[in-house]
Amino acid sequence: MAEEMVLAFDGGRSHRLLVIPALFDEAGKMRRQTVEVMHRLNLSGIDSFLPDLPGCNESRQPLDKQSLAGWRNSAQAAADEFGATCVLTLRAGALLAPAQLPGWKYAPLTGPKALRALMMAQSISAKEAGRASEEDQGLDSLAAAGRIDGVRLAGWHIGAELFSGLEQAVALPDSQQAIIDQDDIGGSGLWMRAEPGENPEQADALAAIIAIGLIGR
Amino acid sequence: MIIEPEQDAIVGKDETDGSTPVADQTALPPARVEIDAMLRAILRDVLALDQDQVDGFTHDTGLFGHLPELDSMAVASLFTEMEDRLDIIIEDDDVDGEMLETYGGLLTFAETRALES
Repeated sequence: MAEEMVLAFDGGRSHRLLVIPALFDEAGKMRRQTVEVMHRLNLSGIDSFLPDLPGCNESRQPLDKQSLAGWRNSAQAAADEFGATCVLTLRAGALLAPAQLPGWKYAPLTGPKALRALMMAQSISAKEAGRASEEDQGLDSLAAAGRIDGVRLAGWHIGAELFSGLEQAVALPDSQQAIIDQDDIGGSGLWMRAEPGENPEQADALAAIIAIGLIGR
Repeated sequence: MIIEPEQDAIVGKDETDGSTPVADQTALPPARVEIDAMLRAILRDVLALDQDQVDGFTHDTGLFGHLPELDSMAVASLFTEMEDRLDIIIEDDDVDGEMLETYGGLLTFAETRALES
């Protein structure tokens, strides 16, 4: 397996949190906020690790060669490598959570919903660019293309294997990971915003849920 | 994908029942008030606006092309949130200039779809 970058707060402490990022455009929008949460957890005495998925962020792997199974293996490999004791997933990152790790899923998203948002963005930008009449830019056509050859959606080149994997993907309804809804955090989710951003109050709230869960304060 | 012309007519007729085309919530039946409030909340969340700002939206408030925050990616976020929270499906053919041009246009669309589902 190729090496990937990881952003880590590693103090060799007993609580070691694997953080699985949001996917695609939401990864960019959520990254600063994710690191804000990790910084707060560090101050609470909790180690955390945010690995790059193959084909994402700083990874040198091509995105269109990735698969859901491959990403799940990568998440598991990262959990093993860093001796993770628990996991936090963001948005569609929930689909990759190692099943045996206890932890939290923040505002989880199913694979079909993650794909639909990208397909809508692709379809709308095609219309904006005056290509409204092109039938291959409709939602059904994009999905059909995605399954067979892979498809470029809003700048993300998703291969057929990943597309098909995501179409089937729902987070396992296990009891190991508790769901954190946006209502538990307050305010509106930063993944919806046009630009990447951060929100200190929301970071406080998310970090507090995890810190209280792990160390009771 | 299929839009029944009658559906648009029903909503259009409904709107003329009110004495004023602006967002006078007291004049709307409960279901419409609810959709109106949810749509304002979605726009607030997606465009990172204040509640006061979205409360000030009238039927004529310009959206696409008027709000710099509303680019194609934000439109996609807007639609996916609308699908989720209003429990509707948005198809390719729904997306036209009129639907996104004003708040009133978007609200009419949301009401039409909510009636269908």
